Amino acid sequence: MEVVSLLGEMKGKMNFEETELRLGLPGNISKLKSNIVNSGATNVNGKRGFAEAANVDLKLNLVSSKGDGEIVDQAAESEEIKNLLGGAGSTDSVVKPPAKAQVVGWPPVRSSYRKNIISLQKAATKKGDEENEKVMSSPMGATFVKVSLDGAPYLRKVDLKMYKSYQELSDALGNMFNSFTIGNCGSQGMMDFMNESRLMDLLNNSDYVPTYEDKDGDWMLVGDVPWEMFVGSCKRLRIMKGAEAIGLAPRAMEKCKNRT
Amino acid sequence: MSEAQAQMSEDDADLAAAAGGASIRTAVVTTGGDYSSPYPDQVLENVLENVLIFLTSRRDRNAVSLVCKSWYRAEALTRSEIYIGNCYSVSPRRAAERFRRVRSVVLKGKPRFADFSLMPPDWGAHFAPWVIEMAEAYRGLEKLYLKRMNVTDDDLAVMARSFGNFRELVLVCCEGFGTAGLAVVASKCRQLRVFDLIEAEVSDDDEVDWLSCFPESGTCLESLIFDCVEFPINFDALENLVARSRSLKKLRVNRFVNLEQLHRLMILAPQLTDLGTGSFSPQDHPIDQEPDLVSAFTACRSLVSLSGFRETVPDYLPAVYPVCANITSLNFSYANITADELKPVIRNCHKLQIFWVLDSVRDEGLQAVAATCKDLRELRVFPIDATEDNVGPVSDVGLQAISEGCKKLESILYFCQQMTNAAVISMSNNCPDLVVFRLCIIGRYRPDHSTGEPMDEGFGAIVKNCKKLTRLAVSGLLTDKAFSYIGQYGKLVRTLSFAFAGDSDLGLKYVLEGCSKLEKLEIRDCPFGDSALRSGLHHYHNMRFLWMSTCRVTRQGCREIAQQIPRVIVEVFRWNQILEEGEKSDLVDTLYLYRSLEGPRADAPKFVNIL
Repeated sequence: MEVVSLLGEMKGKMNFEETELRLGLPGNISKLKSNIVNSGATNVNGKRGFAEAANVDLKLNLVSSKGDGEIVDQAAESEEIKNLLGGAGSTDSVVKPPAKAQVVGWPPVRSSYRKNIISLQKAATKKGDEENEKVMSSPMGATFVKVSLDGAPYLRKVDLKMYKSYQELSDALGNMFNSFTIGNCGSQGMMDFMNESRLMDLLNNSDYVPTYEDKDGDWMLVGDVPWEMFVGSCKRLRIMKGAEAIGLAPRAMEKCKNRT
Repeated sequence: MSEAQAQMSEDDADLAAAAGGASIRTAVVTTGGDYSSPYPDQVLENVLENVLIFLTSRRDRNAVSLVCKSWYRAEALTRSEIYIGNCYSVSPRRAAERFRRVRSVVLKGKPRFADFSLMPPDWGAHFAPWVIEMAEAYRGLEKLYLKRMNVTDDDLAVMARSFGNFRELVLVCCEGFGTAGLAVVASKCRQLRVFDLIEAEVSDDDEVDWLSCFPESGTCLESLIFDCVEFPINFDALENLVARSRSLKKLRVNRFVNLEQLHRLMILAPQLTDLGTGSFSPQDHPIDQEPDLVSAFTACRSLVSLSGFRETVPDYLPAVYPVCANITSLNFSYANITADELKPVIRNCHKLQIFWVLDSVRDEGLQAVAATCKDLRELRVFPIDATEDNVGPVSDVGLQAISEGCKKLESILYFCQQMTNAAVISMSNNCPDLVVFRLCIIGRYRPDHSTGEPMDEGFGAIVKNCKKLTRLAVSGLLTDKAFSYIGQYGKLVRTLSFAFAGDSDLGLKYVLEGCSKLEKLEIRDCPFGDSALRSGLHHYHNMRFLWMSTCRVTRQGCREIAQQIPRVIVEVFRWNQILEEGEKSDLVDTLYLYRSLEGPRADAPKFVNIL
């Protein structure tokens, strides 16, 4: 789910392109848009090579039963290693997993505990003072926000500090809610779902729009502001159906006008 | 032995009795005025009923129930606590029909590997059918202990309004409920003494201020544990609650309670025996002068258990010195502290029996523990960085030190990046009382880092020398040899966990054929296939469950098992897997097999296949 390009698509539909306000660097959005177009072009039939599939596979496996949306970095190599070591007994043929590679559920530490410890780690390396946001954030720097998808039967929570960009966040959200949206795919199956253009069709057809509630209690479209500003001001995320989001854009513009 | 086996064997007992011609006369109760001399069996039943009241161990009671029908009935009438290790092994109705006067229920749902994201959400283990049955059958229910169950707010509401004398609620690793459910329990269960949420996932979507819902006039609360709650609470309500709960002995607050607030609570409750300190860091912009924590801790003369330290600012650690000499349990597993920060605390903890810590304290910290804590029974060392790496902060050095210093050790859970056989062997020799040995070498397939050998000999020594061992978890590079040791020497072992280990089917065969007391076997990513699976056919009905994920077991193999053993449910599931293009795999992703008196469960989600 490419948040920013979705935004672009939606705005196109609503003819807001000319009045599109960006507080980030100009040209950002169009660059990202073109990336999507390019990768869409290279994945004509939606099928990916082994390594990519393995990556994707591992990512999907990470929808934890706690549903916290934590994303663990995966290396495609760990999938290969699992296959290689099927019958290996001698130490010679052991391929040491690359440092920082991780496997689902390994080591066996409870996911909620891991989440807490990750926050501790970040706190330990944090320097200087951070903006004092009381947005459900602990003194040590995690920023958990609730994410709801209109029509999904449950809420999720994500720690915005785990991501460095809208891209990462949108990937994470896509993973979290894929089991729900796959249902809407009908008989397409997973492979097609992972095709980004197909994914965008699905999401565009369903008119899903990511929005967030900011510090002031206003609902804004995701992607307007630079990432750091977003993390600092986002209180809650809601992926809503396009029809409901129509009213947002003018307000967003107003706010931005007031800010600049 | 469990419920299920007791039931099955009881059928046998019936048959034997009928065949042998032994008549079991039921006790006759006379009406009217006469007193007729009681039948010998009636005497027996009276004696049994009076003696049985003193039998509390469920294993003893299971044994008693197998003797004959009248013993079975007497036992069923006098059992007040039922323990159901797998909620799907027996239906609520069946349990309620056999045991009619139950005041305490222990109910466990998902297998442990569900904690590590290896089980899809919505798999099951719903509390709802149980609470509905108990609401009718056990109106006198007082205690409920649920582990890894899915509990909804509605379930809690049913519970709260159905059991007038309800006293203890303990939810461990449960999820599905939120603040609304907690509020109902707090307000309706006026006799509540224990309200413990342990590692539970509580949602705050409803944002109900549950702490304000306890009875205004005063509560009977003795234990309030909510350190796992991941959202802010109403501190004023908490303070007020502690003030009006004069029986409170255990209080574990969550990380949204800072040091200043903790101080206020401690002043109100110096009688605490068990304290969870919350964040253990000061509020962001301290306005008042620093609270006198040292006095607060000094006043807690009865404190024996300390935990929390969720966001520890080490400067404040000295505040706990006054209680160190008395504490028997210390949980530092959230405290990112160094060896130097640990030492001044630990060197006073002579009575410490249970110690949980983060590996940030390094081998050096563990050496300090070994030097002081001679009475240590349980040690858990958790990893602050769980990624696989060549070197970590704790290693065989720490384990060796602990084995030499803490000879009374009974239970250990140790995460590290590297280990040696020598250290493990040393522990097996120094700590003969070990009951639980769980070593997790985070680097998969990692051999002994000094000799390059597999870790077979180390684990072999553990099963050989630790004669009381009942639980074992292995890791590192292991060949089938390790499993042959386990099968050969692990005669008392009840719980085994294997991951990324073994060479072939032989490994699992050794274990299934050798470990006659095995009840719970959890395996992931090992090269065990159908042939190994078959070697356990004689034993599965004696186990609580078998879990195998990402092994080499096929659908056909699982089907055979399902067909050959009655009363064992074979669940097979595969989720979030993308098949390679053209990959036709009969390999099963996850096999979860458990015995059950009921047939296949009706609440299985679509991705679960019951063979």
